[in-house]
Amino acid sequence: MSTLDATGAPAHRPFAGRRGARVGDVVLPGMSGLAALVAVVLIGLIAYKVAAGSRLALSTFGLGFLSHVGWDPVHGRFGGASFLFGTAVTSVGALILATPLALAIALFLTELAPRWLRAPVTALVETLAAIPSVVIGLWGIIVLGPVLRDHVMPGLHSALGFIPLFGPAGPGPGVFTAIVVLTIMILPIVSSIARELFLGVPPELKEAALGLGTTRWEMVRGVVLPYTRGGIAAAVILGLGRAVGEAIAVAQVIGGVDNLVSWNLFAGGNTLAAKIALEFQSSTSDLETSSLFYLALILLVFSLVVNVVARSVVRRVARRQGLVLR
Amino acid sequence: MSLSSTIERTVRVETKREPLPPRERLQQVFDIQDLTAAYGSKPTLKNVSMEVYENLVTAVIGPSGCGKSTFIRCLNRMNDLVPGFRQAGTIRYHGQDIAAKDVDAVAVRRTIGMVFQRPNPFPKSIRDNVAWGLKVLGMRDDLEGRIERALTQAALWDEVKDRLKASALSLSGGQQQRLCIARAIAVEPDVVLMDEPASALDPIATQAIEQLLHELKSEYSFVIVTHNMQQAARVADMTAFFSISRGAEGERWGELVEYDATEKIFTAPSDKRTEDYVTGRFG
Amino acid sequence: MSAAAPAVFRRANDRLARRRVVNHALELVAWLAAPVGVGILGLVVWSVAKRGASQLNLDLLTKPPVPFAIGTVRQGLANAFAGSLVIVGLATAMTLPVGILVAVYVNEFARRPVRNGLGLALDVLTGIPAIVIGIFVFGLVVVGRGQSGYAGAFALAVLMLPYVARATIEVLALVPDSLREASLGLGVPRWRTTVGIVLPQTIGGIVTGGVLAVARVAGETAPLLFTSSIVGNQIAWNPAHALQTVPVAIFELSEQGDPADTARAWAAAFVLLVFILVTSLGARWLANRSRRKLGRAAR
Repeated sequence: MSTLDATGAPAHRPFAGRRGARVGDVVLPGMSGLAALVAVVLIGLIAYKVAAGSRLALSTFGLGFLSHVGWDPVHGRFGGASFLFGTAVTSVGALILATPLALAIALFLTELAPRWLRAPVTALVETLAAIPSVVIGLWGIIVLGPVLRDHVMPGLHSALGFIPLFGPAGPGPGVFTAIVVLTIMILPIVSSIARELFLGVPPELKEAALGLGTTRWEMVRGVVLPYTRGGIAAAVILGLGRAVGEAIAVAQVIGGVDNLVSWNLFAGGNTLAAKIALEFQSSTSDLETSSLFYLALILLVFSLVVNVVARSVVRRVARRQGLVLR
Repeated sequence: MSLSSTIERTVRVETKREPLPPRERLQQVFDIQDLTAAYGSKPTLKNVSMEVYENLVTAVIGPSGCGKSTFIRCLNRMNDLVPGFRQAGTIRYHGQDIAAKDVDAVAVRRTIGMVFQRPNPFPKSIRDNVAWGLKVLGMRDDLEGRIERALTQAALWDEVKDRLKASALSLSGGQQQRLCIARAIAVEPDVVLMDEPASALDPIATQAIEQLLHELKSEYSFVIVTHNMQQAARVADMTAFFSISRGAEGERWGELVEYDATEKIFTAPSDKRTEDYVTGRFG
Repeated sequence: MSAAAPAVFRRANDRLARRRVVNHALELVAWLAAPVGVGILGLVVWSVAKRGASQLNLDLLTKPPVPFAIGTVRQGLANAFAGSLVIVGLATAMTLPVGILVAVYVNEFARRPVRNGLGLALDVLTGIPAIVIGIFVFGLVVVGRGQSGYAGAFALAVLMLPYVARATIEVLALVPDSLREASLGLGVPRWRTTVGIVLPQTIGGIVTGGVLAVARVAGETAPLLFTSSIVGNQIAWNPAHALQTVPVAIFELSEQGDPADTARAWAAAFVLLVFILVTSLGARWLANRSRRKLGRAAR
């Protein structure tokens, strides 16, 4: 009649058991539980430390920080609006460029590419994700920046200059270069998630559409894309999170212009993350440092929201699989 | 004990259908010559030659693995979707060889539709399942009328007319399959291919589908694959029996053994293999 | 009537020609997208290789930088390579035990709600931008005490933690319960079963996960900017002080206008890129091999 007790050891052991055996059964769950606790506490600690660091700026500027444009160490007046704007413009711009390209690549890999080509191309696109941001930034400054500045930007400006987005090019790289760099960085994320989603579409649904006499594209538009809509939304949101949080590559190419809120993509600008990266060493006062913490707090809140939203979208998609998709 | 009485005892042939007109007066829909198919290096069908006639139900029967599904999927170029698939021979549809590489499969599938073994409605509403094909294929005039007509022909209208916006996946299996039939006939094909359309359904739903075949064959031509001999006997006017042949090194492929009016196949088959199959002696 | 769509298949208003044109156009777009994606990778790698390899010499790896003097060659970045080695090594040592223990808890001991909660926590951790983690460690450790290699390593360790934990969880889940039951059935205590039977099965997966995490983190700049960036030029190994690291060095050099600095940045980037590509591809290959050995399809 041997049963196992709570720790999985036999409850009744007629033979001598070493005490060490029992101790281990307390120590291992204890230690590993502690580690798990650490992981969770870490998040709280991060939130706490960032909030604590921004307390000075929070009390000095309050929420007005979010709407004030300009970063003035001399007069001690700091505001996050230009960085919020810059982050929004660069991230949304990168999403606009990256999403169609990523979806096209994913569709190519799942619908069009010959079998032998799929694995290598997939691996290559995903390798793009492994390149460190500082290397992409270096490439952005030296190689991409001049090409954009000398050829693409003037070209776009002369052709489409009436749109305020395409104003006169600034001296250095700028917001546009940052957008291109960010596009490169989020492309593999969105594309690999989209690829997995497309692979998950039941083949009988695709056959049903093709059997009616529709073209491949009509089938993709009518069956594949609606079916994967939710997952793609989550992928896009995750890409957004990545773009918003990218500090280094953006810092290298964006030009670090703080006091400007302009729609001109070809001018310089700055983002929340890049500002922190660029400024931290040269912070002159406690208030300035605290303001940088304030920027980090905004970033942290945003990334937490993005994560939770992406997860809930994924959960809702999983539940809704099988109900009406419009 | 005569052969026909033996067969009659094992297979009850429904004779309430009208007798077939003589072959010469039947319109050909498909003229298949020497159709041979293989997946990669594995042969699946060899030298299938037969004609399919208009406004009839033609059944394809045979043991599993005899290539019935492969055969029917050749008729609307669905096998194009399988990598490594090769075929030879001609399939003439009203004179046009649809097996030719330069014939657009998309156009073919418009006029030769298909209903699949397991119901596969789109995850859209009931109405949109029928509407989607119509819209894409440019049949937007009188859209609602077309939808209603298709659902009526599929004997589904009365059951769903009050909940067209509901999800198609909320229907029962039999209803979903009828929806798939409605979806297929809404785009006005000439031929409807059916790959074991009732095998995933219960007997009542099966009966409903078979009833549909009777009613609709005046407008469409049906080719139906079935592993259920009684079903073939009930619904089909012509029946083709495929069987498995074996090669020297153990390869197996399917061949057309006998193709004739259903009554003849089930009461007086010419080939011994047919007789063995329909009397249940094998397969 | 084109041969492609014989009249017998045509209907009025079917706009077949137009639909086919649209289809072909979009297929073309998709066919072009892939080379664009791959091409970008090729461009970047080729740039780095071309500019970096030519600048690469042994001095870069073995000699420290010398203070700028007009006409003087800058010499090397040995301090950065040394520092990266120390810091990444330390980070791995910090992260592996914690990550493995977290995974053990999640897979062996935790009940469903706790497991979901921990999964959520790991997801959240993955999503926190590296720069925020850098600023966090700054606030936690550097304030008042100054920068150090330990601080930098800790920041990297926080970044690596969710990857190591996730990889270990996956590989633990692959170990069949029958193995655990066999051991418990013999009277072996739970902890011994986990440590002696289950974990050894997962060594390959843990190594792979660790290597991938290292590849992920070797190029991270942001967390090191605040924790280990104010450094001198000499080659140093003591993590109690701030150490120079390769990504930070590249970052700083890339901001300088001097071509000699840029050249060294490319060379360092080349070494870094080669390291990361070799380790991630190598880990991927290792993972495939061990999966085949176990004879199991991935979950």
